[in-house]
Amino acid sequence: MHPSLKKLILVILPIITLIFSFTMGRYAIAIPDLFNTVYQHFFADNRGTNFDTVVFNIRLPRILAAMLVGAALSTAGAAYQGMFKNPLVSPDILGASAGAGFGACLGIFFAQSGVVIQFSAFLFGLIAVFLTYFINVKFNFEPTLGLVLGGMLVSNLFASGTGAIKYFADANDTLPAITFWLMGSLSSVNKQDLLMILIPMAVGFITLFLVRWQLNVLAFGEEEARTLGINTKRLRLIVIISSTLITSASVSISGMIGWVGLVIPHLARSIVGPNYKTLLPVTFVLGATYLLLVDDLARCLGTVEAPLGILTSLIGVPFFILIFKRNIKGWK
Amino acid sequence: MLEVKNISYSYGPCKVLHDISFKVESGELMCVLGPNGCGKTTLLKNILGLLSPSVGSIWIDGQEIRKLSPKQLAQVMAYIPQEHTPPFPYTVFDVVLMGRTAYLASNLSVPGKKDEAIAEEALADLNITYLKDKIYTKISGGERQLVLIARALVQQPKLLVMDEPTSSLDFGKQNVVLEHARNLSRKGISILMVTHDPGHALFCADQVVTMKKGRLLKIGTPQEVISEESMQEMYGTEVKIGNICLPDERNIRVCVPVPTLTQGISA
Repeated sequence: MHPSLKKLILVILPIITLIFSFTMGRYAIAIPDLFNTVYQHFFADNRGTNFDTVVFNIRLPRILAAMLVGAALSTAGAAYQGMFKNPLVSPDILGASAGAGFGACLGIFFAQSGVVIQFSAFLFGLIAVFLTYFINVKFNFEPTLGLVLGGMLVSNLFASGTGAIKYFADANDTLPAITFWLMGSLSSVNKQDLLMILIPMAVGFITLFLVRWQLNVLAFGEEEARTLGINTKRLRLIVIISSTLITSASVSISGMIGWVGLVIPHLARSIVGPNYKTLLPVTFVLGATYLLLVDDLARCLGTVEAPLGILTSLIGVPFFILIFKRNIKGWK
Repeated sequence: MLEVKNISYSYGPCKVLHDISFKVESGELMCVLGPNGCGKTTLLKNILGLLSPSVGSIWIDGQEIRKLSPKQLAQVMAYIPQEHTPPFPYTVFDVVLMGRTAYLASNLSVPGKKDEAIAEEALADLNITYLKDKIYTKISGGERQLVLIARALVQQPKLLVMDEPTSSLDFGKQNVVLEHARNLSRKGISILMVTHDPGHALFCADQVVTMKKGRLLKIGTPQEVISEESMQEMYGTEVKIGNICLPDERNIRVCVPVPTLTQGISA
């Protein structure tokens, strides 16, 4: 890819997307007004206007949430793809999403309070992956195969749990709430939600970023990685914990959002190559930009908001076919 | 350098290695010969620290490998696997640079300028600088094997462990790889090479170990160990060993299988 095209995609596109995301929506804000509002907010202490409310209380949390979730799912996907030596792996492989989905349903069923739902989703995401890891250790299998198998079992277990809750849920209010949550959306995200996920997100991102060179070596397989000086068991555990933290945290505020974690690492790889030293930060930026764009679409496409999870799949699948066709040449 | 002391290894109830002992001195090229399933690969994995012997111990440079961390081990011993294809299209330079992992200041660093210089030097040593920016998954099998040797060299090891390094290479490339192995041992690196071909051992080994059914049969120079009788016993097929005198008056020994069918063999 031409260097200036790379720069366009990796630097200019994210900035433009960010700026335009603030202007778009039911309540349109012109770019000069946007800059003026930001100026007034920070330097003139003028925070009561409609513009200010829309920009800082409504759009800012949502934009940050979209970027964080997009970055989280993509980064976790990229890390897992290396760890499993398989480019078709996505962040839900160890059951984090299924567990978090179940946790959210449980929260909606019993409490219906936003904080409880979010916390329960996060907690069950962690529990699911812990179970997967436990099954793997019990089986004492070839390390990655056991994890994949454990992830399948646990995902199915929690999916049937979700099914059971839906079956017992009140068809007038609880069931629609559950269904809507599972479709994935960022429409109800507020500042408190963001504060809650900040710590697990930060811990996960920073850790994955720090081990990014080692991820390269792990992609060469268990035995080679060990003879190159990597404590593979410890590194795998670090990758699993970090990815689970960021995946569960994002599912807990956004619901199920598919395909981002599979598609974006591919896109990033086709632009900067597979070396995690650059791949991981680029995946982060692209994931954030991509989900922000799709969420803008979800906000602005029609009179009723489109569910984000459905849009990501609708856009993700054709997009994936496009990139995959390009990337697959390198594998043969 | 490397000392294997009375090791046995079992996969569950199945004993794969029986009381094996040998030594590899500094700068020595040792070939391990044996038929399929004789335990060569299991022996290798024990030496690499990927498996732990059930009985006995393995020492490298005066230290027992069980007591070394993966990082310490990778600084004294490098492994060259059979030719393989990773799932992602890394550049050749990235692959070679991965050999520096054990030398990074912490587990969280990435290779720096000094590591890059060492990687460049290794590529130059093997005459493959032209491959530097190529995609590792797209070069030929022989080239990939040379890249793996370069990756092992940047580990600056005292011992190089090679698992059938020539198994998927064409006739010419096999000799290139064996010549490089020979060269490296002359520079003082000990080499332990598992091979299926007695010809390779005659071509480049200082010492040969032969194995069958998890037991060590013989150890010694190629002249002592590789005879028509011993090869016949090991592989269960008739072989002839002959001398060829080269124009520069060097004598080399070759080992060829004897065809049982008489038809169609050209005189």
